Amino acid sequence: MAILKVNNVTKRFGHFTALDGINLEVNQGEVYGFIGPNGAGKTTTIRILLGILQATSGSAQIFGMDAWRDAVEIHKRIAYVPGEVSLWPNLTGGEVIDFFVKLRGANHRSRREELIKRFDLDPTKKCSTYSKGNRQKVALIAAFASDADLYILDEPTSGLDPLMELVFQECVQEVKSQGKSVFLSSHILSEVEKLCDRVSIIRQGKIIESGTLRELRHLTRTRVRVETAQPIPNLREVPGVHDVEEFSGGAAFQVDGEQMGEVMKHISQFGILALESSPPTLEELFMHHYKGDL
Amino acid sequence: MRQLFTNTTTLAGLVWRRDRIQIPIWVLSLVLFTVTIAAAFPALYPPGPERQIIAQTFTNPALISMLGPAYGIDNYHLGAIMAHQMLLFTMVAVAIMNILLTIRHTRRDEELGRIEVVQSLPVGRLSNAASAMLVLSVTNVAIGLACSIGLGFLGLEGMNWVGSVFYGAALTVTGLFFAASTLLFAQLTETSRGAMAYSFGFLGLSYLLRAVGDISSEALSLISPLGLVLRAQVYVNNYFWPLGLALLGAVLLTVLAFRLNMARDLEAGFVPAKPGPSQASRFLERPLGLVIRLERTTIIGWTIGLFILGASYGSVFGDVDEFVKTSELYQQFLPNIAGATVIGQFVAMLFSLMAMMAAVPALLIMLKLSAEEKVNRTEQLLASPVPRIELMGSFLGTALVTAVIMQVVSVVGLWAGASAVVEDPFSLGSALKGALVYVPVIWVLVGLAALLIGFAPKVVNLTWLYLGYTFFAVYFGNLLKVPEWMRKLSPWGHIPNVPLEPVSPATVFTTLALSLALMGLGLYGYKKRDISG
Repeated sequence: MAILKVNNVTKRFGHFTALDGINLEVNQGEVYGFIGPNGAGKTTTIRILLGILQATSGSAQIFGMDAWRDAVEIHKRIAYVPGEVSLWPNLTGGEVIDFFVKLRGANHRSRREELIKRFDLDPTKKCSTYSKGNRQKVALIAAFASDADLYILDEPTSGLDPLMELVFQECVQEVKSQGKSVFLSSHILSEVEKLCDRVSIIRQGKIIESGTLRELRHLTRTRVRVETAQPIPNLREVPGVHDVEEFSGGAAFQVDGEQMGEVMKHISQFGILALESSPPTLEELFMHHYKGDL
Repeated sequence: MRQLFTNTTTLAGLVWRRDRIQIPIWVLSLVLFTVTIAAAFPALYPPGPERQIIAQTFTNPALISMLGPAYGIDNYHLGAIMAHQMLLFTMVAVAIMNILLTIRHTRRDEELGRIEVVQSLPVGRLSNAASAMLVLSVTNVAIGLACSIGLGFLGLEGMNWVGSVFYGAALTVTGLFFAASTLLFAQLTETSRGAMAYSFGFLGLSYLLRAVGDISSEALSLISPLGLVLRAQVYVNNYFWPLGLALLGAVLLTVLAFRLNMARDLEAGFVPAKPGPSQASRFLERPLGLVIRLERTTIIGWTIGLFILGASYGSVFGDVDEFVKTSELYQQFLPNIAGATVIGQFVAMLFSLMAMMAAVPALLIMLKLSAEEKVNRTEQLLASPVPRIELMGSFLGTALVTAVIMQVVSVVGLWAGASAVVEDPFSLGSALKGALVYVPVIWVLVGLAALLIGFAPKVVNLTWLYLGYTFFAVYFGNLLKVPEWMRKLSPWGHIPNVPLEPVSPATVFTTLALSLALMGLGLYGYKKRDISG
């Protein structure tokens, strides 16, 4: 069941088109990754989802309600962590956490204390003295201490140390296991790879790829390293083969996903002695898409 | 030693690059203000016996407490009038400029982590503070020089070149003194808010010490930097020693600030930040609780400040009373102005001015909403189940109530101060009524701020400009006799001399309706528009 649905949303700021007809769909119980380079439109998308910006055209719905018109009703069931957490300098971290949790209508003392301990935060310090990572912890604790059905997280771990990143990943897994959904915008691809069920890639205001990681991988090239009894002639001319590197007794190259079968059939004629293939990492995928040479 | 100031001039270039519009605007408006007003004087004060009468009214303690001591009364030429009427206010404006710019380039940059980046470059430990002081020194000298030249060239009666140079120098020295004191406060506190509060508190204290001192005790005035500089008796005696002393003070304060800057860690202060509560109180549940929690210090600080201001002015009442009774001039030439009316005029002026002061905290609170948006703090609130109307309404409501509190407090202060020196000065009840008449007037300004936040969030600071215009039109309107329509452009211009003259309910209701309409529109706009952060 789709709890978040973005249908052909366009957002213009004057003459600048920040989002150009994007579509997204997040199902219940799913962790959805949203990746893209700086300035691609990730934060604009999230702000439309939060009803802070109004879409120029198209519709954004959460829980079947309109993101702009029913913002307050929707917000009772979501928790949001912004990318750049800005807190009131003269309030303490503990006060801010309580305030956010109470605004969302929940009040779980024990969960709050537990999260403060896990994220190792001193809640008595004034926010003006917190580092970026500590401000992010405040927002994360406030989010995970609330009762939400959807967590919208905008690059939530960019300031966390690896240990805290692990705590964050645990928290995401926990809410997922409770059947809640997470919309995660991130730059840390290993994190997306580890956590997300499905991914969308946005570039210059357009969604250029969506699907499970497996589906996305299928669309791109696989790295193959093969050793054969006889040399393979004219390997470079075989359709679907790229970046050939020949060495004595074999070759290394990349193969387009959809041509894999044909290529294998071709090289098997030359007596395969050893074969290694590795799927593209998300990073390769990312680079591949961002360079815009798809 | 040289290492401490490495690359100061390069950093000064950066300061200038950032303020290359702001600083010229300050300098230009201060200079134009000074010169155009001086140019208007010959028409306002034609020579003759009438001017001497005016001179006598200016020895009225009420006016002295506002404007500073009147020198050269025996031969009240235009130079003496200029120095008496204009110098103190221009000095205060220069001081405000120096406070704002000094904090902007020192504690505020440090708070934002910019100094950290700069400090990692090959620059000396004091280069940043020194670069800010360098640019401000040049700015202050430019203001002084331009005013001296402008006034010198006008060459009006009694405004010779020596006096004009002293006039400019008084502004320069005042600027340097407040830049230096602000630099010192910026070392003491950890936050730019704190530094701002100390610096403006110091300016307010300087003004009050002088106001009380000018009437009752020369020593009190000499302690105040503003009072000290006025002792130069510009255009009358042109004493150098007060300017020399103030300049020496500025240098000593700068050296002290530099020493403290070296002794402390980056981003630390000498007044340490205390740990706070680990949990939110019960009141911090909805945006209204947040606004009150955030603005608590502002409200308390202004409450105390306005009470003291009111009380200080109240304490002048005894002297005004005495003056009216003994002044032959008043009895000879102005028999129709009874003593009570002179006090009444003074009170009416005070009411108008204090309402402008009361508008400042109300506007600060209303405009905080837009400041919050600029630093991306409203997005988190609006991502929670908080209707926009509630968010804006919380700031609006707090601002409106603050206006009422400020009005009441300043009038109670005035009454308390006056009661201490005169028996039965005026009834507290009627004074309160008079003060409350100004509440809808302040609300119009708050409404204007709300309207701009709703529809034109980029230009919300126009509200300050409007308040500045109001001050100019109403305050100088009385002295310079500006045309009536200029006064009417401000809501203040529509209120008669409260509490002397009765106010028609129609005026009150119109003002109230206008303010409510502005607020309603503002709320509507805020509900509809994109929020930037």
